[in-house]
Amino acid sequence: METVATLLSRLQFAFTISFHIIFPSLSIGLAAWLSVLEALRLATGRQVYRSLFKFWLKIFGVVFGLGVVSGIVMAFQFGTNWSELSRISGPIQGPLLSYETFTAFYLEASFFGIVLFGRSRVPPWLYMLSTVMLALGTTLSAFWIMANNSWMQVPVGYVMKNGVATPTDWSKILFNSVLWVRFPHMLLASFLTGTFCVAATGAWYVLRRRFEEEAHVMLRMGLYFAAVLMPLQLFFGHLNGDYVHDRQPVKFAAIEGRWHDEQPASEVLLAIPEGATERNRYSLSVPVLGSVIGSMSFNSKEVGLLDFPRADRPPVAIPFFAFRIMVGCGLVMLAIAWAGTWLGRRGRLEQSRALMWLTFFSFPLPFIAILTGWFTAEVGRQPWAIYGLLRTAQAATPALSEHSVATSLAVSVVTYSFIFVFGSIYIHRLLRAGPTREIAAPNPNATARRPMSVVDERAAGEDANASAPMSSATSTIFER
Amino acid sequence: MVLFWVSVLALAVLLYVLLDGFDLGVGILFGLARKEASRRAMMRAVAPVWDGNETWLVVSGVVLWGAFPLAYSILFAALYIPVLFMLTGLVLRGVAFEFRERATEPFRWLWSVAFFGGSLLAAFMQGVMVGALVEGLAVGDDHYVGGAMSWLTPFAVLSGLGLCLGYALLGAGWLLVKSDGELRGTARRWIPRLAVALLAVLIAVFVYALAKDLRILQSWLTRPYLFVFPAAAVGAAAILASRARQERYQDRTPFEMMTILFAMAFSTFLISFWPYMIPFSVTIDEAAGPHSSLAFMFWGEGLFILPLMLAYTLIAYRVFRGKLRPVDIEY
Repeated sequence: METVATLLSRLQFAFTISFHIIFPSLSIGLAAWLSVLEALRLATGRQVYRSLFKFWLKIFGVVFGLGVVSGIVMAFQFGTNWSELSRISGPIQGPLLSYETFTAFYLEASFFGIVLFGRSRVPPWLYMLSTVMLALGTTLSAFWIMANNSWMQVPVGYVMKNGVATPTDWSKILFNSVLWVRFPHMLLASFLTGTFCVAATGAWYVLRRRFEEEAHVMLRMGLYFAAVLMPLQLFFGHLNGDYVHDRQPVKFAAIEGRWHDEQPASEVLLAIPEGATERNRYSLSVPVLGSVIGSMSFNSKEVGLLDFPRADRPPVAIPFFAFRIMVGCGLVMLAIAWAGTWLGRRGRLEQSRALMWLTFFSFPLPFIAILTGWFTAEVGRQPWAIYGLLRTAQAATPALSEHSVATSLAVSVVTYSFIFVFGSIYIHRLLRAGPTREIAAPNPNATARRPMSVVDERAAGEDANASAPMSSATSTIFER
Repeated sequence: MVLFWVSVLALAVLLYVLLDGFDLGVGILFGLARKEASRRAMMRAVAPVWDGNETWLVVSGVVLWGAFPLAYSILFAALYIPVLFMLTGLVLRGVAFEFRERATEPFRWLWSVAFFGGSLLAAFMQGVMVGALVEGLAVGDDHYVGGAMSWLTPFAVLSGLGLCLGYALLGAGWLLVKSDGELRGTARRWIPRLAVALLAVLIAVFVYALAKDLRILQSWLTRPYLFVFPAAAVGAAAILASRARQERYQDRTPFEMMTILFAMAFSTFLISFWPYMIPFSVTIDEAAGPHSSLAFMFWGEGLFILPLMLAYTLIAYRVFRGKLRPVDIEY
């Protein structure tokens, strides 16, 4: 039976991790987008790529900073609230997360400085390389996090020794097929987040008739990329479904809202699944489609939730609805991206006010899809913290008092809301100000180690900086 | 392998204490400064490096988890509330660096409070944790078995106070290195006062430890060579005191002496606790993860990335050396 303290710990973890994931998923996407912009500028020499690069770099700075701040908390939360998990699976999860700190943080810290302040001080190829390395850093971070989480979904390459998960084969852990469908799924989700934020910003400027050239590029690049990436994402989503089907049948049954074994199985499109009565209400379903989706056959037997003891089932409603919201967001995004591409190829993109409004309002969709996708994966894994190995109720810190967790939950909600409000106001201010054509110098007080400072607007000309003596060039990269 | 990782952990924690120590200290002193120009200069003096300094906290955390999972699970479960408030403090002061600059006048005080309060809170909680650790945590059968507020003892509070003063002293030393003019004078005046206050707290801590007959004292009696470290620390303190009275002295001296003091205090703890990782209940070997975990970490991050990180830290400090220039302060 779950204690109140454990329930509160779960709420706290859900809240802090959900808050955190918003920022890295956007910064991974934006880092990749910055690399593309820089490559295009090198190839074409067009000014618009330069001004877009500078504009999105500022936003990247704020987003990245909020991600770093909210991420520090995560490094300790496993120990404070989930000490049994830390102890039992620490020999595997600990090294994976330590690799994240060592590889990703190191790359980010080293190359962010050059990207922010080194434009006029390093050769173009090195600047390009730094941008790519920054993107690689954010991507590596995602890789280690997905390696860690995939092991929690499908633990492999270990034996239990003295009650502790002892790694026996790291290559199994790192080349787990589950990891290699989930990591691309997350990476594509981040890229799509980037493309839709970019396209929505472009649409906003079109609607307000500002920054026409930049808006033109942002709209097209955002929507065209999305038009290619979105089908790919659906494909990887399908592969994710396959691993759940094969490795976590009870999660799959919950997502499908399937209570009884069926052969051939129908696909429940919409319903209200009720855990108490173990049935669906207002069910809308398509016969046979369930077998097709689950096993690519017309008469496969698909298992239902009732095959599993009640104590081993996740709460059905959350994965069921979260999954449908995620897929729904994905399909809307696909429609917008394809409609935009189709109109764009005919040169009528900006004329379609309806599509501009749709694109503008689409920016929350990728975030909602990422959050609901994670809800599906994590709540669907319940009642396990590590699937089949450690139950969530046994993973929590023993004898943690309700008062302690209630306090920490309240403190995190207040603190995070506070910084979220101010962060949002600030990003909004930046978006409203828009890209600038006049060449503004970076803020001399901003530094690599203070990512958010880059957003300060400076009036001084960059040319003045460029004429600084070259002997001091290397030190000023850091000093400025 | 265990020895390698315990050394890396010790190095990471020491680097964290020294580096974030001075910037938390500057945050604490920020509360004493009244003039906007001084406050701005103080923030500028640590702005380029604080984020990198805090990275060593994350490094310490993940190395502890990866290499010594048992210690990680017991420590943070036991220190739940102090860890919570330390992290809250760090988050608030972290965003204050960014938001204070651009807050419009009616809101600026909010971020000043966040910077000062967050720094103070984080430093105090770190000291409390050290104190609670020295007094000993209730551990039974690989679990923390004490209460949620067991850490809150007079000794821990004294330690918290002591660390705040120690960090403030480091911070004042750093300001002396980085500043000119009025702020430099202020920092100079702060140093002797802070040093006297710190000395008073340390004496109180020592008396308390004697009165309570804390176990850490026994390891001092059985390991007389330990006194080398306090002796070196006293030497550093003596240099600090003698220089303070001279009219002209090297601006770097107080910071250097404080660094030696902190390193010596840290080494004293390390050796008095040896071979325990959680004093006097879990040894380093007991806390260590399986060899396969330690080796996996060693052949990648330990052997290749750690040296790069250290080199990067050195380079970053090297290019930031010297006094703040007017261009660094004025906006």
